Amino acid sequence: MAEAKQPYLEFRNIGKRFAGVTALRDISFGCAEGEIHALMGENGAGKSTLLKILAGNYEPTTGELYIAGEPKKFLSSVDALEAGVAIIYQELHLLTEASIAENIYLGQLPRHAGFIDWHTLYRNTRTQLKNLELDIDPKTQLKYLPIGQRQMIEIAKALTRNAKIIAFDEPTSSLSAREIKRLFEVIKELKAAGKVIIYVSHRMEEIFQIADKITVFKDGQFVRTFEDVASVTQNDLVKAMVGRNVGDVYGYFPRPIAQPRLEVQGLLAPGVKKPADLTARAGEIVGLFGLVGAGRTELLKGIFGGTRPTRGTVRIDGEVMEIKSPIDSIAHGLVFCPEDRKAEGIISIHSVRDNLNISARRNTLRLGTFIDHEWEKTNARKGIKDLNIKTPTDLQLLLNLSGGNQQKVILARWLSEDIKVILLDEPTRGIDVGAKKEIYNVIYSIAAEGKAVVVVSSDLPEILGISDRIVVMRDGAIVGELTHDEATEEKALSLAMVNTEAKVA
Amino acid sequence: MSESANSSPQPLDQAPEAAGKSSFNFAKFWDDFGMTLLFVVLFAACALSINNFLSWANMKGLGQAVFVTGMVSCGMVFCLACGDLDLSVGAVVACAGVITAWLMREAATSWGMDQTSSMIVGMLGGVLTGVFFGTINGLCIAVLKNNALIVTLAVMWMARGTGYIMCDNGKPIGIANDLFLDFGYSSIGPIPTPIVLTAICFVVFGIILHQTSFGRNTLAMGGNEEAARLAGVNVTRTKILIFTMTGAIAAFAGVVLTAKLTSGQPMNGMGLELNAISACVLGGVSLKGGIGRMPTVLAGVLILGTVDNAMNLMNIDSFHQHVVRGAILLLAINLDQYKQKLRFSST
Repeated sequence: MAEAKQPYLEFRNIGKRFAGVTALRDISFGCAEGEIHALMGENGAGKSTLLKILAGNYEPTTGELYIAGEPKKFLSSVDALEAGVAIIYQELHLLTEASIAENIYLGQLPRHAGFIDWHTLYRNTRTQLKNLELDIDPKTQLKYLPIGQRQMIEIAKALTRNAKIIAFDEPTSSLSAREIKRLFEVIKELKAAGKVIIYVSHRMEEIFQIADKITVFKDGQFVRTFEDVASVTQNDLVKAMVGRNVGDVYGYFPRPIAQPRLEVQGLLAPGVKKPADLTARAGEIVGLFGLVGAGRTELLKGIFGGTRPTRGTVRIDGEVMEIKSPIDSIAHGLVFCPEDRKAEGIISIHSVRDNLNISARRNTLRLGTFIDHEWEKTNARKGIKDLNIKTPTDLQLLLNLSGGNQQKVILARWLSEDIKVILLDEPTRGIDVGAKKEIYNVIYSIAAEGKAVVVVSSDLPEILGISDRIVVMRDGAIVGELTHDEATEEKALSLAMVNTEAKVA
Repeated sequence: MSESANSSPQPLDQAPEAAGKSSFNFAKFWDDFGMTLLFVVLFAACALSINNFLSWANMKGLGQAVFVTGMVSCGMVFCLACGDLDLSVGAVVACAGVITAWLMREAATSWGMDQTSSMIVGMLGGVLTGVFFGTINGLCIAVLKNNALIVTLAVMWMARGTGYIMCDNGKPIGIANDLFLDFGYSSIGPIPTPIVLTAICFVVFGIILHQTSFGRNTLAMGGNEEAARLAGVNVTRTKILIFTMTGAIAAFAGVVLTAKLTSGQPMNGMGLELNAISACVLGGVSLKGGIGRMPTVLAGVLILGTVDNAMNLMNIDSFHQHVVRGAILLLAINLDQYKQKLRFSST
């Protein structure tokens, strides 16, 4: 629909490396004024990294950013703001206790003789709100507004700062249908006003509804830009997002699978919106795939009792377990490795020995109370040896270990127990390739011992590569299941993204 | 008393094999022995420069002056180690003392008990007062998830008020029970009983902190409460127990103090909570939780006591003493911060 305009915003050979990991490689594309440019890609494809570079939060390792034909170097988010860039994040960055007016003009409140000029502030805010067709008192505190209106306030804030480039990161994830409709109207008005709009979303229907162009990322690389959205199908997009050639780093091998060890029926928990059924058998690795926010972590936490499920039953070896807290689950042989290691997994200021023994020591206490130091030492050293944890001694503090070794400490913690089912949430996140392989091998050996394993991963090739069966979630519900042999990236991604009626052949 | 710093149980992370392997590590050495060393230096300096400091009478005085802070600090370590704090301990000391005195008087006069039974009733009642207030703290913090600062502040007022209410018009309640008075004045060998009891407290609480799963769980919760919970630590129960225990030991200190002072005084223990926190911080307990050791806390208590004692001997008035005490605390936390930097940057 748009004839070739000179791009106002241009990414030229942008690359970004973090300690050994390449997040973005050689990204080049441009966005024109009055254009809505959608960015798509799997989890971890590099969309967020690119947005953060645009926002001035990250400095690119290579390449340059051009705005209106001029190279720009953002050293901080203030630089980006001054260059007319505004990012509307999924999690809004607003002060909920402050008024609408203060939020919009934060950092540039009008002043008169050193004091805030409230009269001007409210007058200006009223004008801004009117432009967005919002009929609210500027003095209202943010906390009284629904999410959709808060987002409008964020947009108003961007406009008062004369933003020319406005990027939306998953803006509709918590909006109602009506709010989405209103948001799209506003975005189209912004487009008509000649702004450069970048729109990041997983939701295909939205992309087709609003975008002029679609650029697809994969593994931190630019795949292609679809210039004419009208001639693109969902199939084309999914195909562009998947399909890479990496050798088999997973080393998958089929194992004998026996009786069910974990049976979940009709489970509802915070973040799990439809009753979930899930079975994992002895020797089986079940992969739980879905896009960020699909409810995978929430489902695992609900099964484990990390959050309180509202409904449903969990059976371990056929026996119904009352899920009240992690203490009960662990006693039944059901254990969980959390996604956010630092916040929920490890005690970073404590030693390997303490982190490793924290749970299993309860069975070794003398007189039911006193620590058996001999056992603690032996068990810690056995864990270090069995899992090849790289640490000078078992007394090293966890914060001095790499992410992969921290993860192995948590695995060793649970392997010191007589477990039946293990739930692993993103066990390889932020871990380098070598350590990933070791962790896969640990997972295989756990399964080979006749235990049941449930793995959540956002890394699609990984989950296809290691799982016997893949269960797919979307919007807080389980939406499908694939066997190891029939699973392809296209099929899994389609299930995770597209409405079931629009299934990919 | 200084020897008990070394005789207390050895902390887990000080196991000999690590020391044998690495070459001399200043950060680790300072971490383990810094405060003890500081105390020894301070003590030696006082002994050399101040007349009468080393006399037996003064040593006993020093011990008598710090025993309440010492006992209360034993509980406070656990509160700080799990990432919270307890401001009610000073008021609990006073309230437990008053309740003890009140119960002994009532038991002897109104209920016609003999000396032994009324003493037992009084002491038990005193300690139970602490258990009561401590449990309120624990329940509010662990079950209702209230903020520890506010909860213990509220309980502080309740306990202080209860103490005043129990003694008519706020006047102290005298002790007439000779057995109890004897207990307060007694010695075990040459050492006054309160000091022996304090030493026992440090050993027992040191064992609880370093040698039991309860102690390790306390530190784990302070290090990362959510991780501890997901690893199967019973966070709620542990926290309630910590505060109950802290209340109980504070009350016990109050009971012993009452025997020594020969009356239950509602104004006792003013600001004691802050003394105990200072001693703990001086003793290397992290206010963020997760780090704390009994032997170094004892060193912290003794440093504070020695400075006070020295200033008394040098006839420095109490106003100046306050200023010095504040300065010491500021110095201590900065030393601690420096130490943390060394500890976490050296691999």
